[in-house]
Amino acid sequence: MDFPIFLIQCLNAVQYGLLLFLVAAGLTLIFGIMGVINLAHGSFYMIGAYMAYALGPVVASTIGGGFLMTLVVGTVLAVIIGYILEWVFYSYLYDRDHLQQVLMTYGLILVFEELRSLIVGDDVHGVKVPDFLSGSIPLGELMTYPHYRLFVSAVCLVLVGAMFYVFTRTRLGMMIRAGSSNREMVQSLGIDITFLYRIVFAAGFALAALAGMVAAPISSVYPGMGNSVLIICFVVVVIGGIGSIKGALVAALLMGFIDTFGKVLLPEAAGVLVYLAMAVILLWKPNGLFKAG
Amino acid sequence: MKTKLLIASALAATALTLGAMPGNAADPLKVGFMLPATGTYAKLGKTIENGFRLFVDEQGGSLGGRAIEYVAVDSEADPSKAVDNVNKLIKQEKVDVIVGSVHSGVAMAMAKEAKASGTLMIVPNAGANAVTGPLCAPNIFRTSFSNWQPGYAAGQAMAERGVKTAVTITWKYGAGEEMVGGFKEAFTAAGGTVVKELFVPFPNVEFQALLTEIAAAKPDAVFAFFAGGGAVKFVKDYAAAGLKASIPLYGTGFLTDGTLEAQGADAEGVVTALQYADGLGTPKDQAFRAAYEKAYGASPDVYAVQAYDAAQLLGIGLAATGGSVDDKAAFAAAVEAATIDSPRGPFTISKAHNPIQDIYLREVKGKENAVIGVASKALEDPARGCRM
Repeated sequence: MDFPIFLIQCLNAVQYGLLLFLVAAGLTLIFGIMGVINLAHGSFYMIGAYMAYALGPVVASTIGGGFLMTLVVGTVLAVIIGYILEWVFYSYLYDRDHLQQVLMTYGLILVFEELRSLIVGDDVHGVKVPDFLSGSIPLGELMTYPHYRLFVSAVCLVLVGAMFYVFTRTRLGMMIRAGSSNREMVQSLGIDITFLYRIVFAAGFALAALAGMVAAPISSVYPGMGNSVLIICFVVVVIGGIGSIKGALVAALLMGFIDTFGKVLLPEAAGVLVYLAMAVILLWKPNGLFKAG
Repeated sequence: MKTKLLIASALAATALTLGAMPGNAADPLKVGFMLPATGTYAKLGKTIENGFRLFVDEQGGSLGGRAIEYVAVDSEADPSKAVDNVNKLIKQEKVDVIVGSVHSGVAMAMAKEAKASGTLMIVPNAGANAVTGPLCAPNIFRTSFSNWQPGYAAGQAMAERGVKTAVTITWKYGAGEEMVGGFKEAFTAAGGTVVKELFVPFPNVEFQALLTEIAAAKPDAVFAFFAGGGAVKFVKDYAAAGLKASIPLYGTGFLTDGTLEAQGADAEGVVTALQYADGLGTPKDQAFRAAYEKAYGASPDVYAVQAYDAAQLLGIGLAATGGSVDDKAAFAAAVEAATIDSPRGPFTISKAHNPIQDIYLREVKGKENAVIGVASKALEDPARGCRM
């Protein structure tokens, strides 16, 4: 591999890593911080992607505005859906054991897939890259790098910053962290933990849906798309250390590099390298790379 | 003791009557669909069922003088459940014919069971070479293709169009490897060189790293196999990476079949090989398309054609045996001798029971896979490993 190609591959790795973080960010909140094993995370991502596909024309004809407006409307909708989901389903799960959480969230996957099939159908759909981001920069002799992929990376970096700020620098973040380590104590201090968790869950749902919406133009939308991201999201959160945003970011970037260079240098084993890396890291640090915080 | 004897003789009598019944040609013939009704392939499953029913309905609901009755089991496109599912059809439902499946892994498990039980089986899609290779049997037929066929035809056509060096890219799983295998065989035989074979773990759809590899290798052309969501993403990523302008993209038809709406302008000009194409313009094809659209309100695709032909094949066999599926030899002999008048163009069935068919070369123009020629005429799968 000559040097320019190596640099392009590094760019690919970082870009894929950031995309992975974007997708896993919602799971960091719901699984990492609230402690609910949420198998339906992939479905939240899928709902987002289908929103980007289905809402686009609706938004354009009613409110006006293009892709960015669709993102805003979609995110608001996602917060509302997330709030309702927590109220109806997830609020019953906090004190239950993991098996029951797995059962219910797995059931939700089936429900969401079937709803998707009934409402939108089983076709594969493309989502158009917004015009102002449809250009690309030349890279090397033959390749170009699409602006949209850089936009996705930028969205991800903004999210990392925002999440990090909220959790470590604000009162809300402090309450959430306190709630994750001792629910009863926080409650007895006069904080409405039920409402607080409802908000955190809604934010987690919105993050997953946002990831789906942002990823839709490059990944297209198709049945079962959520299941394919679910596992890699868990890998990222577990390697990073449950509850750690910094850890999730580092883990996502690491996975980006392993996946990219694995495909190029060790194509025979590319499918298992990510999981092999997870096994090694967990043997070395059973609680993940970073402790919660 | 006496009662026991009475029950035993009653049972024996019933068994005798039941045993005599299947010979009665007036009974409906039971067709068991084993197709995906849920999940990623649900749409294909529905299309295949529609195509099959269309031909049967055109014949007034009966083939070879026997009314056709359907039962269906959801294959879930899950090979691990395939043996249980197919045995539901064979042992519980006691079907006369199994029709399935979409997924190659499922089809292979089904073929093993069909081979063991002797139940007539018609494969309307799955392309695994093994079904008409090592697993071939007198009672197993296929009306679609073997993975080797469109790959081989694409290799021939690319070499003919002056491509000297190529990079292949596909998912690392059965269908992908078999299509690339067929491609390589034809392409290298015609003097071409495969400079790099790239594989993506299935069902991963992150192609960026490998697109960079393609740009670094600078081949004359790329041969790709992906399907469904993966095909959409690959074609779009290929265009977004700026490779489409400098390195022409070829593939087997699945790269652009049923995905053009989602791929949009990024698919324009992609050349693929498949046993069916848009705009063939033959009277048979036009009649079929009109009938399908009238019956189901949707345009038919290659899957509908293959299923329609599966029903035709069943009709040909049953006509020869007078509606019985018991005489497997007569059934097979009739099918092997027949020419099936398919919307894709007439084709015959090989000794290994795979279609000997023209593979078309198609180019994406607008929202169509328009036919631009024949990539390979009357192409027959080598049926490696088939002993029958």
